[in-house]
Amino acid sequence: MSVRVDIGHRLGDFAIEARFESAGRLTALFGPSGSGKTTLINMIAGLIRPDNGHIEVEGRVLVDTDAGIFVPKHRRRIGMVFQDARLFPHMSVASNLRYGRWFTPARERYADMDAVVELLGIGPLLGRRPAKLSGGEKQRVAIGRALLASPKLLLMDEPLASLDEARKAEILPYIERLRDETKIPIVYVSHSVAEVARLASDVVMLAQGKVVASGPTEAVMQRLDLLPSEERGEGGAVLDAKVLRHDEAFGMTVLGSAAGEIRVPRLELRTGAPVRIRIRARDVMIATEKPTGLSALNILPGTVVAIRPGEGPAVEVDIDCNGATVLARITEQSRQALKLRLGGKVFAVIKTVSFDRANTGAGLPVEVDG
Amino acid sequence: MTWLLDLTPDEWNAVRLSIKVATVAMLFSLPPGIAIALLLARGQFWGKTLLNGLVHLPLILPPVVTGYLLLLTFGKRGPAGAFLAEHFGIVFSFRWTGAALACGVMGFPLMVRAIRLSIEAVDRKMEAAAGTLGANPLWVFATITLPLILPGLIAGAILAFAKAMGEFGATITFVSNIPGETQTLPSAIYTFTQVPGGDEGALRLTLISIVISMAALVASEVLARRVGRRMDIE
Repeated sequence: MSVRVDIGHRLGDFAIEARFESAGRLTALFGPSGSGKTTLINMIAGLIRPDNGHIEVEGRVLVDTDAGIFVPKHRRRIGMVFQDARLFPHMSVASNLRYGRWFTPARERYADMDAVVELLGIGPLLGRRPAKLSGGEKQRVAIGRALLASPKLLLMDEPLASLDEARKAEILPYIERLRDETKIPIVYVSHSVAEVARLASDVVMLAQGKVVASGPTEAVMQRLDLLPSEERGEGGAVLDAKVLRHDEAFGMTVLGSAAGEIRVPRLELRTGAPVRIRIRARDVMIATEKPTGLSALNILPGTVVAIRPGEGPAVEVDIDCNGATVLARITEQSRQALKLRLGGKVFAVIKTVSFDRANTGAGLPVEVDG
Repeated sequence: MTWLLDLTPDEWNAVRLSIKVATVAMLFSLPPGIAIALLLARGQFWGKTLLNGLVHLPLILPPVVTGYLLLLTFGKRGPAGAFLAEHFGIVFSFRWTGAALACGVMGFPLMVRAIRLSIEAVDRKMEAAAGTLGANPLWVFATITLPLILPGLIAGAILAFAKAMGEFGATITFVSNIPGETQTLPSAIYTFTQVPGGDEGALRLTLISIVISMAALVASEVLARRVGRRMDIE
């Protein structure tokens, strides 16, 4: 068990009553702004003292208000990456990176400077001052600084929220590498469906200071009703797939998933590489017969397993495609016209061009070292 | 120009003494100056307004009053003066140390103000970040807070030094005007203006005063700019 949190806290009118545990590689605390994600992560880091409750990381009790335990932040050995990087302006990038290492007892140091610099591609930045870095570079250095303190847990508080799309795309692959190539568990705060679907192994969904759902990403992300309203359009099924082959003639990549073959725009990945794709529910059409004379390339046979009312005129339909669930959002009118019912055989239709960088794990950019 | 440097031994003494008194006053004010500035910038305690008022008192009281209060407290028969003389052998009355004390007290509000402002400008999130990296509060202060307030520290120190170079009223009231012991530049200039034919001496010392104060100001500018450039705060 890597993280266990069970706390209650009041901040003026706002009350947080949250309880979750996660042993995932990367656990996302997900919810709209004001849902208490940042407060929770600050409590794990020791920046906020909860009114009451219990926090445990890797079997070590950090907070237990009943027993009067509160480990101060500098003794927690928990790394934190802030939304605003917070690099020390009076130190070079190299000194920033070395800062935490200095306070780590020698026998507990596992992070290696060269390896971290290589992992994050920050070699060319070492001699610079933080003021001379771009937003994306700052965030990579901040991640490196936290890693080099050899933390037992890494917390990331919306590390991409203040960056533009291009910078986000630049950093995401590094976070994926961090998740896949290091052994440190990560707790990641985000309000973006795209980030969570791409990065998280587990999701804790928060709303108004309460945990409304938690579990493996694929399962939690299907709860479209729980998504914050401004993100609802981004919601959909999350599928783990593999690169089967590239179709060079048409610039496409064919992915293999439990639901069947899925054609997406060309990905810069080798054959066999794992890819996580998110199929937005609004991008999925439903046909009751195998369609012909249709431009869409992805036609997945399946069975209707659930129909839920959605927002406005919409209904949400869960289609079981060979064990994998694909979500479709269609209108109530279409549902009646097609006479959709539970157990009915249908085809989920998805256009290849509805996949883009935001909903396919696009891997490391070619120019890794910038 | 030669007449400018053609000082009598007494005049040289006054120059040297002034620099010594101002330097000692500045250096000894720094630690308590930082402590009080921290307390005022970040402390939440009963009597904060009172402490703030006390610190600023020398700025608003007539210097003679401050000097007289010092005489009452730190004089030979004053409570603090007698105690320090008896237990630590530190004597202030009619010594250069007394001049330094008077100058330090007079410059203290200026120094605390400058440091306090720079502490209030420090982004406390930086300190929180340093804490999550394993630094205890003392290390955070030494490695993050102190370097970030360095420009304010320099400004405060130079202000205190300049104030000490020019301090007259409190000094002469507390430790009098003894050549070679407590006669600083302003006291010496004052003495010259009180005797017939002292104009030339007064002018010489005045010019020297201006040169020293200007040098201090330029030094502080250069230092602050170098620190600022090194830091490159966005």
